[in-house]
Amino acid sequence: MQLFGLSKKDTLFLLIVIFLTLATPILLQPFAEGSGLAQFNAGYPDLMQRFAIYGIFAIGFNILFGLTGYLSFGHAAFLGVGSYSAVWMFKLLTMNVIPGIILAVIVSGLFALLIGWISLRRSGIYFSILTLAFAQMSYNLAYSVLTPLTNGETGLQIRLTDPRLLDGANTTGSLPTTNLFGLAMNDSIRLEFFGRLFTFNVGYYFSAVMAIIVFYIALRIFRSPFGLMLRAVKTNQTRLNYTGVNTRPYTLAAFVISGMYAGLAGGLLAAMDPLAGAERMQWTASGEVVLMTILGGAGTMMGPVLGAGFIKYFENIFSKINDNVLHNWFGALPDGLENFLVDLVHPFVGKGWHLTLGMLFVLVVMFLPGGLVEGGQRIAALFRRKRKPDGSGPKHQPKQAPHVAE
Amino acid sequence: MDAIILQILNGLDKGSAYALIALGLTLIFGTLGVVNFAHGAIFMLGAFTAVTLDRLLNMSFVTIDPTRTNFLGQPLEVKTPYIVSWFGDSIGNGIIDWAVPLSILFSIPIMLFIGYAMERGIIKHFYHRPHADQILVTFGLAIVLQEIVKAFFGANPIPTPAPAAFRGSFDFGVWLGFPANAIIYPYWRMIYFLFSAIVISGVFAFLRFTTFGMVVRAGMADRETVGLLGIDIDKRFTIMFGIAAAVAGLAGVMYAPINSPNYHMGMDFLVLSFVVVVVGGMGSLPGAVLAGFLLGVLESFASMNEIKSILPGIDQIIIYLIAIIILLTRPRGLMGRKGVMED
Repeated sequence: MQLFGLSKKDTLFLLIVIFLTLATPILLQPFAEGSGLAQFNAGYPDLMQRFAIYGIFAIGFNILFGLTGYLSFGHAAFLGVGSYSAVWMFKLLTMNVIPGIILAVIVSGLFALLIGWISLRRSGIYFSILTLAFAQMSYNLAYSVLTPLTNGETGLQIRLTDPRLLDGANTTGSLPTTNLFGLAMNDSIRLEFFGRLFTFNVGYYFSAVMAIIVFYIALRIFRSPFGLMLRAVKTNQTRLNYTGVNTRPYTLAAFVISGMYAGLAGGLLAAMDPLAGAERMQWTASGEVVLMTILGGAGTMMGPVLGAGFIKYFENIFSKINDNVLHNWFGALPDGLENFLVDLVHPFVGKGWHLTLGMLFVLVVMFLPGGLVEGGQRIAALFRRKRKPDGSGPKHQPKQAPHVAE
Repeated sequence: MDAIILQILNGLDKGSAYALIALGLTLIFGTLGVVNFAHGAIFMLGAFTAVTLDRLLNMSFVTIDPTRTNFLGQPLEVKTPYIVSWFGDSIGNGIIDWAVPLSILFSIPIMLFIGYAMERGIIKHFYHRPHADQILVTFGLAIVLQEIVKAFFGANPIPTPAPAAFRGSFDFGVWLGFPANAIIYPYWRMIYFLFSAIVISGVFAFLRFTTFGMVVRAGMADRETVGLLGIDIDKRFTIMFGIAAAVAGLAGVMYAPINSPNYHMGMDFLVLSFVVVVVGGMGSLPGAVLAGFLLGVLESFASMNEIKSILPGIDQIIIYLIAIIILLTRPRGLMGRKGVMED
């Protein structure tokens, strides 16, 4: 079975991804409502939207970093620009999300074209510093001089008095919600069966469909001659230049594409919650997407999505574990031991979850340079090696002579 | 004229901090070839050694003074720091007052050790990995250090006073023959500048006039040959990492009275320090110092009202703008050697 110009393997891969994405609201609610483990459920709309949106952001970042090896430390700028443009569209034109998202992609694409055109003159750490400098400039300007455009520290919000030319006059007196041709983004259908509560949210499915589309595009890019050229840039740019290839258009295209992905993610963030603040552009936000990509596995298709999901999950779930929850867990133990364990775990959860993240991150970069994907592959390889002896058995194979000169 | 001198002075203290951090970054990059994103966290740790010592010295026991009463009419509880009870009033309070300068003595061995442990424990494994991996692992390390400090000291800035003798300001303009009150400058910032000048010249003198420094410089130029001569260059580079950490730590200790330390102050300085290193030229020590002071002073000029009225917002972006211009026109930086990291 081949679909959309993909090979058999990729088609299957894409279908699995589509299935997983669409079934997320069910798959992420494995624990029964009211049980002690219910807090590990991730199937609520806000978090699922983040999975999809940051997944898009990381997939886009991976097209640049994973394929070309150019480490941009300023990608959050495009996310922020996307958010601002989308909110402006909500303010001026209509609360329908489509124009907002289109504008977000276009504006961030243009912005990426400008920054990439300048930054890509340098490579390596200089490129990282250049992108960082541009992002910090945008962040600082958004806070200070560009206040008429960005509303400074308060952040850009929609108001009742905004014109919204395409929407009819607002008579309800309450703030309108973002919608897709009348289908409100914060609308959900709640179903309860098997004691589990499943929430099917419009906003999530909208983001999920977007994520599937851009995942497909990224898959095509990875498998295309263009993607091959980007990989060649990563492997040896000098040699590529000597063979007479001008690599700049390729890297610039990759940069703009990943900028547009970031813009789309920013636009979607604004579509879920019509609010845009400058902190989305800060360099720590850029660092976050780098962490997601590396943690999942740079240069792989699934890695960035896994990394994004992983970090967002921990951010939401780990940060909610407080001392009461811990006392509940260890409640069966003797009091002294219970208090000791709670004190021991306390710094790593709740407000301190960043500590866990940082340590995990150091360990992953040290021992699993390929990220979670490599970890999965290693485990799979381990199982395969274990299973092999069942059939043939090592006894029947001639033992390899030690220290054979080769 | 006095306005110009005032802006130069204002830029000096920030410039000193940039220069000290950038010097350490460049030392690490020049010797080990590692891009260290945890350097800002070390600066922050330095500031928190000052906080810790300040707290330790202020540890007190409570006695009840029956002769006086508090506002509720109960006997007054008097807190006496242990130091005061041990050394008497004047010496004890003097020691507490001088907590920040005293932390210099403590922070040097602590920072040397932290730097050494960091290099041996983690960074050692990253010499032959791409710069991206180095950035990532040190970034993770920075998050860890930052969160540990946050867990112990909380998220709020902790005011750490300078010794009473150096609080307040003095009239710098009078010394230069300007009318009174033209140039008012805080004592501690002057001290900070002088201190950083001493530390910087100390590092340079160490590298230039000692055998150890000579070997390190030789290793920076050609690591392989130095190794072939039978010198254990890795060990010396590890010690240099410790020294670089100590320099950043000292910068942090002395910066505590200028800006109350909080757990993310390192990150705020880190980005700018990297920009400083790149502007000065990767691997060039004098370049890092020059660029540090230059950018500090330029930043302070850009925040003048006269300039802001012509170019609004310039004070926010001047450093990045200069970095972009330098990188595009002269990628090796102001004083970078030709051919080093120049692509």
